[in-house]
Amino acid sequence: MRVATLAHEIDFDGWRVAARALRLEGVEPAQASFRVGGSAEQGGLFDQAETLAPGTRASPAGPIEQNFTVSKTFVDLAQQVILHRSADRFDLMYRLLWRLRDEPDLMKVTSDIDVVDALDRAKNVSRASHKMKAFVRFREIEDADGPNAIAWFEPAHRVLEKTAPFFVRRFQNMRWSILTPDGSCSWDLKTLTFGPPATADQAPQEDEVEEFWKTYYASTFNPARLKTKTMQGEMPKRYWKNLPEAALIPEMIAAAKGRSETMVATPASAPNPRTERIVAQFDRETGPQDRLPVDLNELAAGVQGCRRCPLWRDATQGVCGQGPRNARLMIVGEQPGDQEDLAGKPFVGPAGRVLDDALIEAGIERSDVYVTNAVKHFKHEPQGKRRLHKTPNAGEVTACRWWLTSERDLIRPRAVLMLGATASLAVLDRKVAVTRERGQALALDDGSAGLITVHPSYLLRLPDPVLRAQQREAFVADLRRVRTLL
Amino acid sequence: MGSTEGMGICHAYTPDGRCVSLLKILLTNFCIYDCVYCINRVSSNVQRARFTVDEVVDLTLNFYKRNYIEGLFLSSGIIRSGDYTMEQLVLIAKKLREEHDFRGYIHLKLIPEADPRLVEEAGLYADRLSANIELPRDEAMVRLAPQKDTAVIKKAMSQVRLKVEAARPGKKDRARPPKFAPAGQSTQLIVGADGAPDTEILDRSASLYGGYGLRRVYYSAFSPIPDSSAVLPSSKPPLMREHRLYQADWLMRFYGFSAPEIGEAATGGMLDLAIDPKLAWALNRRERFPVDVNTADREDLLRVPGLGVKSVNRIVSIRRWRTLRLEDIGRLCRGIDKVRPFITALDWTPGGLTDAADLRVRLSPEPKPVQLSLF
Repeated sequence: MRVATLAHEIDFDGWRVAARALRLEGVEPAQASFRVGGSAEQGGLFDQAETLAPGTRASPAGPIEQNFTVSKTFVDLAQQVILHRSADRFDLMYRLLWRLRDEPDLMKVTSDIDVVDALDRAKNVSRASHKMKAFVRFREIEDADGPNAIAWFEPAHRVLEKTAPFFVRRFQNMRWSILTPDGSCSWDLKTLTFGPPATADQAPQEDEVEEFWKTYYASTFNPARLKTKTMQGEMPKRYWKNLPEAALIPEMIAAAKGRSETMVATPASAPNPRTERIVAQFDRETGPQDRLPVDLNELAAGVQGCRRCPLWRDATQGVCGQGPRNARLMIVGEQPGDQEDLAGKPFVGPAGRVLDDALIEAGIERSDVYVTNAVKHFKHEPQGKRRLHKTPNAGEVTACRWWLTSERDLIRPRAVLMLGATASLAVLDRKVAVTRERGQALALDDGSAGLITVHPSYLLRLPDPVLRAQQREAFVADLRRVRTLL
Repeated sequence: MGSTEGMGICHAYTPDGRCVSLLKILLTNFCIYDCVYCINRVSSNVQRARFTVDEVVDLTLNFYKRNYIEGLFLSSGIIRSGDYTMEQLVLIAKKLREEHDFRGYIHLKLIPEADPRLVEEAGLYADRLSANIELPRDEAMVRLAPQKDTAVIKKAMSQVRLKVEAARPGKKDRARPPKFAPAGQSTQLIVGADGAPDTEILDRSASLYGGYGLRRVYYSAFSPIPDSSAVLPSSKPPLMREHRLYQADWLMRFYGFSAPEIGEAATGGMLDLAIDPKLAWALNRRERFPVDVNTADREDLLRVPGLGVKSVNRIVSIRRWRTLRLEDIGRLCRGIDKVRPFITALDWTPGGLTDAADLRVRLSPEPKPVQLSLF
């Protein structure tokens, strides 16, 4: 048996040197053990020191290695595991180091029994560090240099050194110390220093802010939802003695049932007498749905409250047309998209940018045009973090024609440009083959001229750049044609 | 002073099992709204109080310095107007940030009716903003929270999404745009107050996640309040239902399920309370199982009951080096019993188990014996 002696409980560097030497010597895990120093018989790195040059065969187990490397994954894991309080943690990591010789991909096999064991211990260490971040409670005292915050804490594993930098980052402008049975650390606004183990009585015994904290803690508890197991899973009892608020727990649990039963059993009381006066100011007038809007403001209000089809439910808002009251050209699109739905304005998304550029090229000012959609609410289907556009059906287009017709009646444009099939259906009340009928001047029933073209989002969807350029030219040509109808 | 690093820390847990991470307080519990589910509604006879701006600032700093909390979660009853209330909330956040250099976490509740400029200012100081949608059914809002308007709440959420996206630096930007609510936005739904079934709640959540880039939707079982309203009497909170909704929410966000898929296994729109929603879905879709853990796509593995995202990631990574046996899977998940009928491994096929008629019963947890009252 070879015994390596380490300088202290979390002496990773010492373990690393010793373990490396042992593996190079070919010492099998069963023959190696690690001990933390401080005992009487101190004999340097190894107790039964037979000095062997690397590469010399010490036992007949396996081939001689000149040197070896291990992955960063292993080193990182070992650094964590060594903070675990179990006695055999060094042996476990040596066994893994040994096995890596014949199984170089072992660390990838996270279902292996030793790997699982090491990962579990690393997880416990990481949890202990996390709980330290959570459960350290400082008590503030005044000393010669001003306020000083001191905490007594008992970590589940040896995580003081690992966790101290977190407190430096968080409490940079405070003087503080954390005392633990493993050691202590303190921050003096400039440097972090580690010191010897401490005892509970070295920390302050009270802090007046604790009373406020306990009041808050007790009042944030909902007695109707008692789930003590969940609480204990997350805040194990071993931490309770250093948490000021934990002293309240037994009482809170004992009173919970009674408190919640009283709440359920107490009959409703008469409303506060001020209620009527205060609530009266909110009475909203809800106008009838079927009155024709007399101006664009009324139309906008009507669209917001529209329930003619169910599309309002999942949309943010109804999106009305935008443009001057006396516009000579009205452009009708399909429906608002994601961006339009959020902004409450038509054609502000990607298709809107295509339209804007094409309008400029055709010599039309967008600010002279009334731009609107056949359907005023965004029809879509949620998919994860996005909303996928869905084409509105004939029923929805019909329901929404009420608003489009109102817009046409109020604006009375000389020409109406229909973008795509839905817009054409809405204006002409018949199904239209866009590619066949585009670009021809039509006489609409109110005396204005109509023209059909493609929807700009069609241009966005074309994958072939040559075709896209051609189609874009045709789109601009349609815009130029509609100019001649004004 | 202060820091925010990745996941927030729960500094304590109360006996209800809930995390105490932030100092979660109301600036005041005076309120001019009359939402029947709320203890602070105008018609309630609860005692009223109000903090000053400095009191909230001091309390936050004192708690933070002692490591009790991660930061402040500030909300308020509506006093005078939405604008006035929002102004006060923003003022507290601004003082903490600018006068005290507080770098801890701040979550501000949005008053949806407030001026968009105040929302914009709030986003400059807060890590997270939230507006509560409260009730899954818009019709119920009119009845139970008559001064609130779902459309106004959604518009506030839209505004936050647009601002958050505008603050995301583009590839070509030299200078970072100013931060806006870097921890995004969230919302809360009350479960069990308005009669909406689970499927309707999940549809609403899916729509909110898709529309407003929410980080989280919180489901809150309607819980008894002192001085309850005659319109909505107090009763025991539906905690198991809340739990199942959270599980379903996780399936939508991390497991590639859509709301309608989860709804397939629901009865009358309600999720099964006895078994989790993924198991319920799988029992209903047995033709898709068993899946081979050594060859199946990640998407299909995520659908196996009992396998979580971490387990699946590990399986996908290990199988490049080893062929997995049932025993290996056992070490990668919490319990193999629930997984076994739905997978094949090198040394395991479930045979008739996948289609066994009593599989649901076998996989349902034993009902806990109920302690009889002694009186």
